[in-house]
Amino acid sequence: MSQTTVDAVADPRMTGARARPPIGSTGPLGWVRANLFGSWWSTAVTLLLGYVILRVVVTFFLWGVVNAVWTVPYSPQGIANTAACQNAKGIGACWAIISDKYRLILLGRYPYDQQWRPAICVLLFIGLYGVSAMRRFWRKELALIWIGTLVLVGVLMWGGVLGMPMVAEDQWGGLPITLMLATLGLACAFPLSVLVALGRRSTNLPAIKMLCVLYVELIRGVPLVAVLFMANVMFPLFMPQGVNIDKLLRIQVAIILFTGAYLAEVVRGGLQSLPKGQAEAADALGLSYWKKTAFVVLPQALRLVIPPLVNTFIGSFKDTSLVLIIGLFDLLTMGKVALSDAPWQSFSTEVYLMLAVIYFVFCFAMSKYSRGLERELARAHRR
Amino acid sequence: MSGARTVPKKALRISWSDPRFRAIFWQIVIVGIVALIVWYLVGNTNRNLAARHIATGFAFLGRVAGIPIGESLIPYNPAIDTFGTALIIGILNTLKVALIGVVLATILGTLVGIGRLSGNWLLAKITGVYVETLRDIPLLLQLLFWYALLQGLPAPRNALHVGDFIFLCNRGIRMPTLVWESADTWALVAFLVGVAGTWFWNRHAHQRQEATGHRPAVWPIALLLLIGLPLGVWGLLGAPTAVDMPVLHGFNFQGGGTVSPEFFTLLVGLVLYTATYIAEIVRSGIQAVALGQWEAGGALGLSRGAVLRRIVLPQALRVIVPPMTSQYLNLAKNSSLAVYIGYQDVMSIANTTLNQTGQAIEGIAYIMAVYLTISLSISLFMNWYNARIALVER
Repeated sequence: MSQTTVDAVADPRMTGARARPPIGSTGPLGWVRANLFGSWWSTAVTLLLGYVILRVVVTFFLWGVVNAVWTVPYSPQGIANTAACQNAKGIGACWAIISDKYRLILLGRYPYDQQWRPAICVLLFIGLYGVSAMRRFWRKELALIWIGTLVLVGVLMWGGVLGMPMVAEDQWGGLPITLMLATLGLACAFPLSVLVALGRRSTNLPAIKMLCVLYVELIRGVPLVAVLFMANVMFPLFMPQGVNIDKLLRIQVAIILFTGAYLAEVVRGGLQSLPKGQAEAADALGLSYWKKTAFVVLPQALRLVIPPLVNTFIGSFKDTSLVLIIGLFDLLTMGKVALSDAPWQSFSTEVYLMLAVIYFVFCFAMSKYSRGLERELARAHRR
Repeated sequence: MSGARTVPKKALRISWSDPRFRAIFWQIVIVGIVALIVWYLVGNTNRNLAARHIATGFAFLGRVAGIPIGESLIPYNPAIDTFGTALIIGILNTLKVALIGVVLATILGTLVGIGRLSGNWLLAKITGVYVETLRDIPLLLQLLFWYALLQGLPAPRNALHVGDFIFLCNRGIRMPTLVWESADTWALVAFLVGVAGTWFWNRHAHQRQEATGHRPAVWPIALLLLIGLPLGVWGLLGAPTAVDMPVLHGFNFQGGGTVSPEFFTLLVGLVLYTATYIAEIVRSGIQAVALGQWEAGGALGLSRGAVLRRIVLPQALRVIVPPMTSQYLNLAKNSSLAVYIGYQDVMSIANTTLNQTGQAIEGIAYIMAVYLTISLSISLFMNWYNARIALVER
């Protein structure tokens, strides 16, 4: 595309009619020719795909915008009259369900007048991700920021202080639960995974190595659904009689254990990719094992694993949706709850699309970040 | 360790300054703590089970199950068959969706991965959008979405149809099936013989090439053996073409084969989701092979297809296979999401069994055992394959 300018610079004598490349090999037309109609095969693909895309876009536009129902009337008792939506079913979207249910889906059954609290928690989580993404915060103080934010979230959600009424866990729901399960899962699984990875790498502690291998391989061999299921069914059996652990906590522990096993492998990858000379140099300086690990090995190894760590986080963010099976009110479950309301029952497509957009925005932002970082780190490495 | 001089082994001293003593001490402490925790939990569990009057053991496997199972690869009658049979059906159903899923996801993923590298801008972009979108939406949400869409299809009476033989309705897909006769069995046998024959001929061709530099043509013989032979046998035995057609009868179809909406949803969801990851693996694998390899192959006078098959693909596979293994594992494990849409796989049947019998520990043990076995088998197979294609270094 920049061919013309390069030629012109390279050969200033070439001006006038002779210098002009043939029409159709440069400029937008040339680009179209090269990239869309390069060969008969490419032309066929372009025409076919173009037709399909056009059909899909037009259909979606008609369904989602032109024929869509945006609002529905309500009876004096506050019950929605969804006749307009029912009539439009199949030809037009019923976005009225979103405007009716969005607070329920996003913030769950939290007391309506107190919903600013979970809303702030969502913002706090997003702020936490933003801060963690910035390299200038990559130091020990970051751990304090994480602890501080998580404590603040806990205070806001539970309340009971500063004039905020107490709200029990069973009333929490929606996006804060999803973010909490994923974030706390990472925050608690991370230290665990570092210890497990170190244990698995240890050469002179065979018993501990075996325990670590057993933990990682057992967890990685079974699906998360099975682990959640186990937490739900087995946990009550494990506890002494009369002790009842809250469902949210049980599931949080299960997610921590599950994420920990995957993170341990990620951290182990980082430890393995660190040149052996680093540890040997620390040994030569006479550092003890823990000093060597804390000041020489981990700071370098953990830096290397940030991109796969973000990818693991994306995975566990998506995986929190599986708590649907035990009826914990995360974002997806709240979507299902919203759909169980009789007048709105048949408009699942609209709700699922909304949920998909929310999950997508979070995951896409994170994966974009992780890939950018990967490229950056790879560049620094190559130098 | 491999140094020229070996340090003489000293006796273990009972002293804090001996690292070996410290290592043993810490191991005893940690293993002791873990053992204590396990002992505590097992004790609690036993007491809880006693309090609930649940007998442990696998005796329940012999009891009549009484759970209805919609689709099964083996004959099953809830009134007579046992929990053991039901649990085996679960395993078969999981294997069915996982195997078909792996094959389809590999095909789709490879096509999409190549599509992303296409010179056609539109194709490259659209495959890119597909990959970026679907991998960032939870699989469970996708499954629920597809399932809701299938449920929204018309009833059998006004099913969508392709011609007059494939019907798509809210009870799944109905299509004609071939009535299986002995001629078909023999044709299958002939096909297997053909596969073996092709393999031998290919080996022979390879040996001739090694010995003489001349490679006898393989494809005409292969064509004859793989297609001609089965067709010939089938034709000789009378070429039976009886087809079982689905016919609308009352409220549902009779005859033909069915793909249940649950199976279809799970398969489509798993394939579309996993293919996005496989596409990325294939793309990076192909990109990892230097362009010079293509050019060098061309300079040797090889055709483009031969360069792809003999030079580029073997190198790309080395990059592709290890991450592909973990995607296959993920697909097999993700098939457990069947429980959310009511496809009766391992998780789903174990869940029902557990609810009916109260045998929590046995149910969980069964789930763990099945998935660990599947994971291990895939790992072993892929490691074997990986070792086969690995670079043989001197």
